[in-house]
Amino acid sequence: MSARHIASLIAVVASLALPVVAQPVAIVGGKVWTGTRQGTVPSAVVVIDNGRVVSVNKAGSPVPLDATVIDAGGKWVTPGLIAAFSRTGIVEVDAEETTDDTSAGKSDYSVALDAADGFNPDATAIAVTRVEGITRIVVAPEASSNLFAGQGFVADTTGAVDTEIDRKAFVLISLGEHGASLAGGSRPAAWAQLRAALDDAKAYPGRYLASNEGTALDRVDAAALAPAAKGQQLILIEANKASDLNAIMDFAEANKDLDIAIVGADEGWRVAPRLAKAGIPVIVDAFSNLPASFERLGATGENAARLKAAGVTVAIAAISDGTHNARLAMQIAGNAVANGLSHDDAMDALTTAPAAIFGLQGLGVIGPGSRADIVVWDGDPLEVTSNPDVVMIDGEVQSMVTRQSQLRDRYLKLDERERPLAYVKP
Amino acid sequence: MNRVSLTGVLCMALLLAACGGKNDASGDEGITVPKDPFPSTYTAYPNVAVFISNATIIDGTGAKIENGSLLLVDGKVSAIGKDIEAPADAKKIDASGRWVTPGIIDNHSHLGAYPSPGVSSLSDGNEISAPVTAEVWVEHSVWPQDPGFTRALAGGITSLQILPGSANLFGGRGVVLKNVPSRTVQGMKFPGAPYTLKMACGENPKRVYGYGGGRYPGGAPYSRMGNVAGYRAAWIQATDYKRKWDKYEKEGGDAPTRDLELDTLKGVLDGDILVHMHCYRADEMAQVMDISKEFGYKVTAFHHAVESYKIADKLAEYGACSSMWADWWGFKMEAYDGIKENIPLVHKAGACAIVHSDSEVGIQRLNQEAAKAWADGKKVGINIPEEEAWQWLSLNPAKSLGIDTKTGSLVPGKMADVVIWSGNPFSVYSKADQVYIDGALMYDRSDATRRPVSDFELGQPGEGDLK
Repeated sequence: MSARHIASLIAVVASLALPVVAQPVAIVGGKVWTGTRQGTVPSAVVVIDNGRVVSVNKAGSPVPLDATVIDAGGKWVTPGLIAAFSRTGIVEVDAEETTDDTSAGKSDYSVALDAADGFNPDATAIAVTRVEGITRIVVAPEASSNLFAGQGFVADTTGAVDTEIDRKAFVLISLGEHGASLAGGSRPAAWAQLRAALDDAKAYPGRYLASNEGTALDRVDAAALAPAAKGQQLILIEANKASDLNAIMDFAEANKDLDIAIVGADEGWRVAPRLAKAGIPVIVDAFSNLPASFERLGATGENAARLKAAGVTVAIAAISDGTHNARLAMQIAGNAVANGLSHDDAMDALTTAPAAIFGLQGLGVIGPGSRADIVVWDGDPLEVTSNPDVVMIDGEVQSMVTRQSQLRDRYLKLDERERPLAYVKP
Repeated sequence: MNRVSLTGVLCMALLLAACGGKNDASGDEGITVPKDPFPSTYTAYPNVAVFISNATIIDGTGAKIENGSLLLVDGKVSAIGKDIEAPADAKKIDASGRWVTPGIIDNHSHLGAYPSPGVSSLSDGNEISAPVTAEVWVEHSVWPQDPGFTRALAGGITSLQILPGSANLFGGRGVVLKNVPSRTVQGMKFPGAPYTLKMACGENPKRVYGYGGGRYPGGAPYSRMGNVAGYRAAWIQATDYKRKWDKYEKEGGDAPTRDLELDTLKGVLDGDILVHMHCYRADEMAQVMDISKEFGYKVTAFHHAVESYKIADKLAEYGACSSMWADWWGFKMEAYDGIKENIPLVHKAGACAIVHSDSEVGIQRLNQEAAKAWADGKKVGINIPEEEAWQWLSLNPAKSLGIDTKTGSLVPGKMADVVIWSGNPFSVYSKADQVYIDGALMYDRSDATRRPVSDFELGQPGEGDLK
């Protein structure tokens, strides 16, 4: 048992008297959306032990005698949700540069910038995100010195000092208008840089034996891009315009060993059949329905539904507000449902789809052997009026206290007759 | 321009006891400040009588009617209740299972001034040339072809306030619009709505000026105390300007030299122009309330107001509205203490709560923003009926814009600004089926001929698409 587990076990026992690691837990009576072939089990018994789901059975099935029971009668129970694209945990306050580790425009490096090096598990946004039912965050750097943003990672939202981090889960590349600007001023410049960099990385380390300089990347960045260039790491590409998406698919066809996903894809619906055929998954923000730029002229709230209908793997995220409000992903998914996506597909977009895109084994589902990231909701998880009652990560019930809830509780009653509110410490 | 009649208008507007013999005597030689040089040309579009029945109606005043009926005649609400007869000539709409509400009013938008596409040539929302630019009027920046107006319409927005940005201490005049497509801004202007003035507290002015990093003009303010000095210095000038004009209007003589900036500030001191102030922090709002008392004006609404929950009692006592987001926070220090229960806590304290967008995205679903805040309040024991919470979306913003006697609730005689929702608008799955503005059907989700397309979107990918 790790120090973290012991510490959190003590905290759980002290404050919640709820599940402990060594003891099984049963979540009983919930309407369980499993994300597996079991579909939605209307009234289920979910047994959890040692941080893993043991079984998902119909109501009335036996509950281990020593299990702590969480009564989820009539409530939605889902896998912990996955923020498929965020900057949660690498920014405290966006406008304060000293607290923002998303980008480094003055750095000599780009691909090698590892966002995990900037991860702060104490970032207040992590707990704020967790209590909304998000148990895993995909965290991306932001491209700033050239079209390579760097290395992204996946973390849990425990906020523990030694939070488990899946480093270098992907390389993020910006194309479209942003990438064009960073590469020197045009899309051709961006593609020239990308192709040259890929050649450098494929040739690593050979061509760097005699020199630190490549055509587009120096030794450090070439080394950082090498796994992706060899198909061993996901390449996540930011792009929105249909022609940019086509260019990416041309590129993918010419480099069949690459593992590519797209984030943004506002005009994805226009090339959806080809995306499906190419097997390229997308992460979309279903709020995007305005011609916010000339690369989003065809944006529509029906994008997610149309992509899904064409057979594309679709994840949904709060792409435009991922530092503090990654939690909006559920509302965004709900809006995608209002615009034609099925409820099941919207749930997939927050769970199984991001798990598939980022290779997160045992996450995004509730099934035998899966990791016990589980949320019990007071209503439909996609509904704006719903909130989680219980959030569990790896079998451990999480605190629902955030800096925000403390502020709220301090100011619930504006009564300073006895003492200033600074003495109220919720 | 007919000076005599303008003098008359001015006198009526100012209710100056001295208007009369003296000014009449000065006759054609009197110089006045025109109050409405860019008059509204909006008139209601053709409409037929509409009878909506079997609906769950939120009337906007805080009441809910199950299986209710609503009759719209001649662009006005004619009748509302359970036992209304349908006139023979009325178009009848069976709204079984559907909800009907007053149109949503967003009192904080930058549509047209920061439109889509967000390219530099269309970005006209901040006149950053100086910290005090009360002389600019945002209606002169509004591009009526912003596709954002059509998206907002699909979200049930029937009126909205466009504000200048928050770079300046005094950002300029805001304008209240009816959300109707138009070739001109004048064709959207809400007839008879007062002008507003945008002011800003806190980080933005000092970041743009003092710490503009060379990108911006530089100079004061560098600090919050610099901000306050800037407001007070401007109000001192405005007070002096007003005194000169008051004297001139009373006694005649040489007319003061007109000053566009001070015209606006004088309008505030005269009570004609409503102050809408961007202010996040509780302590700053408290100071601004004192400044307003010092110079004899009123802050109508604090905008963003993420810390209103900390001084909700003081805001109720003063009588200012708070225009708020449901859950934005953390993007800058003054937004760091944002909480999800801000809106219900302000409401609970008896202060005026408003849900605003400040966003071309958020404006499309302000009903969902209200629903989030409503549910988060409920979670901590603040039980506000949905029909009461709806005041955050229409009547309270209407009050903040001085148009609440005309719109904002479904009371007979008021403008027929109405939304028929596919279901409970506090649900993420509900959409605006139909939107009526002054009784005219301006949006119909199921009828492409009733879904406007801006010039910009013609001939572009996705033209006329469902958005």
